[in-house]
Amino acid sequence: MTDFSRLGVAAIRDGVAKGEFKAVEVAEALNARVSAAKALNAFIVETPEKAIEAAQAVDADRAAGKPLGKMAGVPIGMKDLFCTEGVQTTAASHILEGFVPTYESTVSANLWKAGAGMLGKLNMDQFAMGSSNETSYFGNVISPWRRNDGSTAALAPGGSSGGSSSAIAARLCPAATGTDTGGSIRQPAAFVGISGIKPTYGRCSRWGVVAFASSLDQAGPMARDVRDCAIMLEAMAGFDPKDSTSLDLPVPAWEAGLNSDLKGKRIGIPKEYRLDGIDEDIAKMWDNGIAWLKDAGAEIVDISLPHTKYALPAYYIIAPAEASSNLARYDGVRFGLRDLPEGAGLQDMYAATRAAGFGEEVRRRIMIGTYVLSAGFYDAYYTQAQKVRALIARDFENAWASCDLILAPTAPSAAFGLGEKNADPLSMYLNDVFAVPASLAGLPAMSVPGGLSKEGLPLGLQVIGKALDEQAVLNAGLAIEQRSGFTAEAGEWW
Amino acid sequence: MSVDKDTVNKIARLSRIAISDAEADKMVGELNGILAWVEQLGEVDVTGVEPMTAVIPNKLRLREDVVTDGDVRDKVLANAPAREGSFFGVPKVIE
Repeated sequence: MTDFSRLGVAAIRDGVAKGEFKAVEVAEALNARVSAAKALNAFIVETPEKAIEAAQAVDADRAAGKPLGKMAGVPIGMKDLFCTEGVQTTAASHILEGFVPTYESTVSANLWKAGAGMLGKLNMDQFAMGSSNETSYFGNVISPWRRNDGSTAALAPGGSSGGSSSAIAARLCPAATGTDTGGSIRQPAAFVGISGIKPTYGRCSRWGVVAFASSLDQAGPMARDVRDCAIMLEAMAGFDPKDSTSLDLPVPAWEAGLNSDLKGKRIGIPKEYRLDGIDEDIAKMWDNGIAWLKDAGAEIVDISLPHTKYALPAYYIIAPAEASSNLARYDGVRFGLRDLPEGAGLQDMYAATRAAGFGEEVRRRIMIGTYVLSAGFYDAYYTQAQKVRALIARDFENAWASCDLILAPTAPSAAFGLGEKNADPLSMYLNDVFAVPASLAGLPAMSVPGGLSKEGLPLGLQVIGKALDEQAVLNAGLAIEQRSGFTAEAGEWW
Repeated sequence: MSVDKDTVNKIARLSRIAISDAEADKMVGELNGILAWVEQLGEVDVTGVEPMTAVIPNKLRLREDVVTDGDVRDKVLANAPAREGSFFGVPKVIE
């Protein structure tokens, strides 16, 4: 009997299309795996009936000889940032606990239209703010990975899309949605040895996605290989008149365009990413990545992105500023939590509701954002950060004169243990040092597995491309995948 | 620039987030740590640089000025924590 947990998106889609197995069999098998993996805390809500329903519809369509969608028969996990009609959507916050949307986000609707089914809503960092999944109101997500020293220490699955990364690495689902504001697809993918791509800003509609920082938020797929990411991104992307920043462009046939021959491609290696005291394993993996891309026919060139060190501080002004504005909507009046102390007026109700409903990191970022936007400080902080952001984008523009893609590590370290970094918010922020620049510039960027650390934990290589050139990013990712020989898996301890 | 406890309380008020005295004390240190770190942006020469407004060049679209949705009152009210008839209920705001 087929072990359906071993099949990826393409294998399930093709097997269902050829009649080798029924979509319902896949959904049943994965529903069972999801429900048996509660120790990982990857799901906030399980929706086995949704997975079965979608699978039955696909099986019926196939029996009737109807054409099948790009994701037909593939059960996936849905990050709890996407509004799903009739299914609780919380952004992993208490303030939205019990919120049941009366509408469906465009991206999730696109996936259902393509024949995918929903296994459940995936846990995440609260409002996507975090890099370790320790800010969820619904508890930490645990990575299926463990260090190779026999320790059973719980490791971070990365964040904010940590439910997604954990579930895919544990083979609870072949793929899941993620969102990336400053690395939230790429860093968790790197931490658990899977692939994930943040497309160009505007490729995937933000409509119906709980907003964090609107000028940065971008949805993308996470899966166990590059082809599966390409398939799922095709299903997710597309113009949406309901999102004013949605790009009115056709969706390229990324899967059909996959080609790992990189002859004629120039790969830039940014010297500023080679930080003082860079982790030895990370440096070695990066060198391996360079060798693999050379082997695939690419030319390697040294480049400079001079404003790199300012990307993180700029991000930690811009993202909180936008968050403080976006999260103003949680007022205890229209939806979500209400905390009305005895005898309180409207203003007190707002303050009590927001204090009770938002987690510590969310409150911290709202307050930072409020401060940098407040009268007298706006220009010094926010305007200055947006100018620096323009310079960071210009660095990339200048780099494209001498290269077509950029190769860098995804994160400065392998996964850390839960609780190891949350005493100091700054040390957590620094984990996104390599991921944030591409977010600020709106560029497509992908993480693919690049090897293992000395502790036996996955490390990720990041490929950054020109705006709208997801194809080149996917192709370089594929070239790495074909050469890295990455087959390591987390042991099934849960 | 650094913040003191009064400023933290003011920011909390502007943010409509109730904070206790102990939380305010803790927040002074955390916010100052973060603010001191972002201060380094001040050293970047931004002469002649326009602040970024759109990350990917895109023009704002106009649509026909027509009603495209509506008649969904119950959907809009479905998640209200205190619905009163066809309204959102709030505590008394006028004395």
